[in-house]
Amino acid sequence: MVEIGVNHYLVLSGLLFSIGFMGVLRRKNLLMLFFATEIMLNAVNIAFAAIGSYYGDLSGQMFAFFVIAVAASEVAVGLGLLILLYKKYGSIDLDVISSMKG
Amino acid sequence: MYEFIAFYIFAIATTILFLITVMSKNVLYSMTSLAAGMVLISGFFFLLGADFLGVVQLIVYVGAVMALYAFAMMFFDATKNVKEKYQNPRLVFLLGGLMALIFVIMFSAPVIGDNIQALYPVVDEVGNAQAVGMVLFTKYLVPFEVAAVMLLVAMIAGIILAGKKMDYSLTKCEAVDEEMNVELEKGEE
Repeated sequence: MVEIGVNHYLVLSGLLFSIGFMGVLRRKNLLMLFFATEIMLNAVNIAFAAIGSYYGDLSGQMFAFFVIAVAASEVAVGLGLLILLYKKYGSIDLDVISSMKG
Repeated sequence: MYEFIAFYIFAIATTILFLITVMSKNVLYSMTSLAAGMVLISGFFFLLGADFLGVVQLIVYVGAVMALYAFAMMFFDATKNVKEKYQNPRLVFLLGGLMALIFVIMFSAPVIGDNIQALYPVVDEVGNAQAVGMVLFTKYLVPFEVAAVMLLVAMIAGIILAGKKMDYSLTKCEAVDEEMNVELEKGEE
């Protein structure tokens, strides 16, 4: 039986971050793209909390709080922009929205 | 022992749920699995002794952010499957897998950093929420206030961006459709 150390949490956080990264690269629907960014932010929060608890320090948790605050405001502004885009183009697909050639 | 079992159950469940989020074609399934994964992530915070962070994760992420997504989904058609045109799906999996491999190798190495001193050490006498409050309202007071201003700005931005032209329907108003068609034609020219 292995003791669960900081490395376990860091590896898990890396795996979840990679899943989110894969989603960001793969998704063409903007709402799904937002979900993938949320996964990445959550993965980073796990790493912050794990390192904070490894060193017995509260700073890790503090940074996780600020990450959560940034994520909440990102969602508020991002969804507003998403609704505007939907009103303008009638779709939230990146291939439809993109207006630059190249 | 309990930590071992709990960690592996949470880890496998979150990984599977987030993979469903990333791979699913249906917005509703994707959002539900994301919410479930976030509930389970708060379990890791409880395991790590960050009780207050776990509660904030539950309230803010699962309560507020996912509710916001659920409301936003009402503007878009959530029942249809999302059609996405993938260029190079193999490249994406290759890059993601490579990144995961690099992370696993990097993080499974033993942690070197014995000389790091805890700047704000965990206080044993008081609970986690109290210790967090003490550090947050003394050492991190300025970032806390800046975060409050940022949330206010985000709220105003959300209201202004989404609240315009809220008074008529998107699907039934023909004037808007014509206006949009004209704009699209302008864009094509």
